[in-house]
Amino acid sequence: MKLSGVEIVIECLKKEGVEVVFGIPGGAIMPLYDALYNEPSITHILTRHEQGAAHAADGYARATGRVGVCIVTSGPGATNLVTGLANAYLDSVPLVAFTGQVPTNLIGTDAFQEVYIGGITSSITKHNYVVRRAEDLAGTIKEAFYLARTGRPGPVLVDLPKDVQLAQANFEYPQKVNLEGYNPTYMGHINQIKRVAQSIAQAKKPLICAGGGVIAAEASSELRDLAFKAHLPVATTLMGLGSFPETHPLSLGMLGMHGTAYANYAIGAADLIIVLGVRFSDRVTGKLAEFGSQAKIVHIDIDPAEIGKNVPVDIPIVGDAKRVLKKLNELITPQEKVEWLKMIEDWKRKYPLKYEDNQELKPQYIIEKVYEITQGQAVIVTDVGQHQMWAAQYYKYTEPRTFISSGGLGTMGYGFPAAIGAKRGCPEKRVICISGDGSFQMNQQEIATAVTNDSAITVIIMNNGYLGMVRQWQELFYDKRYAETNLKGNPDFVKLVEAYSGTAFRISKKEEVYPTLEKALALNHFVLIDCVIPAEENVFPMVAPGSPISKMIGVD
Amino acid sequence: MMKHTIAVWVEDYPGVLAKVAGLFTRRGFNIESLAVGHTEETNISRMTIVVEGDERVLEQIIKQLYKLIEVIKVRDLPTPNSIGRELVLIKVNASSLPIRSEIIQMIDIFRAKIVDVDKQVMTIETTGTEDKVEALIDLLKPFGLREIVRTGKIALSRGK
Repeated sequence: MKLSGVEIVIECLKKEGVEVVFGIPGGAIMPLYDALYNEPSITHILTRHEQGAAHAADGYARATGRVGVCIVTSGPGATNLVTGLANAYLDSVPLVAFTGQVPTNLIGTDAFQEVYIGGITSSITKHNYVVRRAEDLAGTIKEAFYLARTGRPGPVLVDLPKDVQLAQANFEYPQKVNLEGYNPTYMGHINQIKRVAQSIAQAKKPLICAGGGVIAAEASSELRDLAFKAHLPVATTLMGLGSFPETHPLSLGMLGMHGTAYANYAIGAADLIIVLGVRFSDRVTGKLAEFGSQAKIVHIDIDPAEIGKNVPVDIPIVGDAKRVLKKLNELITPQEKVEWLKMIEDWKRKYPLKYEDNQELKPQYIIEKVYEITQGQAVIVTDVGQHQMWAAQYYKYTEPRTFISSGGLGTMGYGFPAAIGAKRGCPEKRVICISGDGSFQMNQQEIATAVTNDSAITVIIMNNGYLGMVRQWQELFYDKRYAETNLKGNPDFVKLVEAYSGTAFRISKKEEVYPTLEKALALNHFVLIDCVIPAEENVFPMVAPGSPISKMIGVD
Repeated sequence: MMKHTIAVWVEDYPGVLAKVAGLFTRRGFNIESLAVGHTEETNISRMTIVVEGDERVLEQIIKQLYKLIEVIKVRDLPTPNSIGRELVLIKVNASSLPIRSEIIQMIDIFRAKIVDVDKQVMTIETTGTEDKVEALIDLLKPFGLREIVRTGKIALSRGK
């Protein structure tokens, strides 16, 4: 069957089960948009900036576990994707991005809206392609989706020159891909897994550190089985939030720079740390030499390059978290290290997460109320900064894919479009975006996308009039010299939303929180709540950069 | 710092060299030399890369290379178990007869060849290990080196 290049692209998307794409048209991608125009099975969501499209596809992917897809034009359309791709790459999110490109005969001539996006994105994509012949489209797209979702997931970019989009070719979707240089290891080595089981039996102070890899591998139930069977306390990284229920007594919450004191103390005291799907980011480890220095370290990860990259490992296992844990769970025996668990209980009692809950409208209080009113059942999407950490600390996550946040890249502006994508992927769930006045303004143009598509998300802005996290660092480490962190000139966010015909509220008092949330959630449309919070509220505990994680500011 | 020689088999299509080189730059690995050419198999190229670093750096380099989809195989080629060679062309000042004969005598010991000569300069070709190439260049230095070009090391493992 002969089809045009763009018809082939559409057929491939259908074969991959794509139901929604995010993007913005432009000159070099017009043929593909023309084909989308006639395609009833694929919904296109028009964002107002290509970065929004990438983040929306990313939020969709994280909320659903499916591959997110975005489509943009060449040149500036493609370069506007760059932050979104880097964001997805650092957090291992499966995306396929299609970019228009100038016709093949103009490539290399500095044609209008031409950039070499393959070169620009080669270090922030898992892989990328320039398709030079329509005959290659089907095989390439098959590979792109396969690469995006298998092994360690990540973004893949497919560059589509305009003439390739228009050329005719036979369409046949390949049954399987044949990539000689790509064979992810899923099954962990059995002898290594046996060694882990022995180590658990011998350890006096064992604990688990779970990361985003547990969620990507859909291994949360296996993680629970392991922890419950062997009574192992579980700390999660920011990316691992939701992989283990924070309501369970074995949960230590989050570790790291803004982790709980008890998680960080436990890491310091443990004699065995089982690290699952984690890449030992500096925000997690603090001073590397002192991270888990008393412990034997087991590292289970699908990406061999992560093992031994930052932290020396005693028992390395390359494999998929789900399969490795399944095997491990068969090998361990029920046990309970009573003294160790008691030690942790004591820390929890002595050093709980806390803030000064006075008459002011505290951001931590708002998060607690959000938790209360949603009964922990919402999908929380955050931007980056202080509000992100408060959302990580004061909401109790119990299910995977309910905390969506930019971890590795720390992209301000991620949260709002990602929430739109998450809602599109999970229309039956409450999606709440926790943002800051700084972050929100980095992609606030997407108000139009939310309103037009009746995206029923609730955006909560923690408005302190500052780039709050930077201001906090200035307060602590730069002698309160608040260089360029005061966001004077902020818009009236309520009026801004109203200008787009949306609904918004402003609150500044504690007693307004619950009723306003109730009202917003009952509306079941896009609603923004601008919360005026104290300007100099800080996130604690905090580990100063370069310090060991057991040394925290704000713990007494 | 230890030098390591690694062989990298890659799919032979445009952009692969740039990706490999980009990986080294981005991760802060220092390339001492890089040589690339076709292999016995069609569509597969082989790179020989000499890098500096300790064992941990070497391990990371190999693992990161494997993450590139185009990379099919990576092998570390430690010196005792491999044969390494480099080709070099050296253009040296040789404007009088006595100098020319002195150079000819010297390069004979190295089993190097003269591949071009005129009244002003001689061009010498040799292959060998890095040490040999360095030694020859060192000896020719006093005559005045005009230009040097080196291929970078290529290497094969010993035995089958």
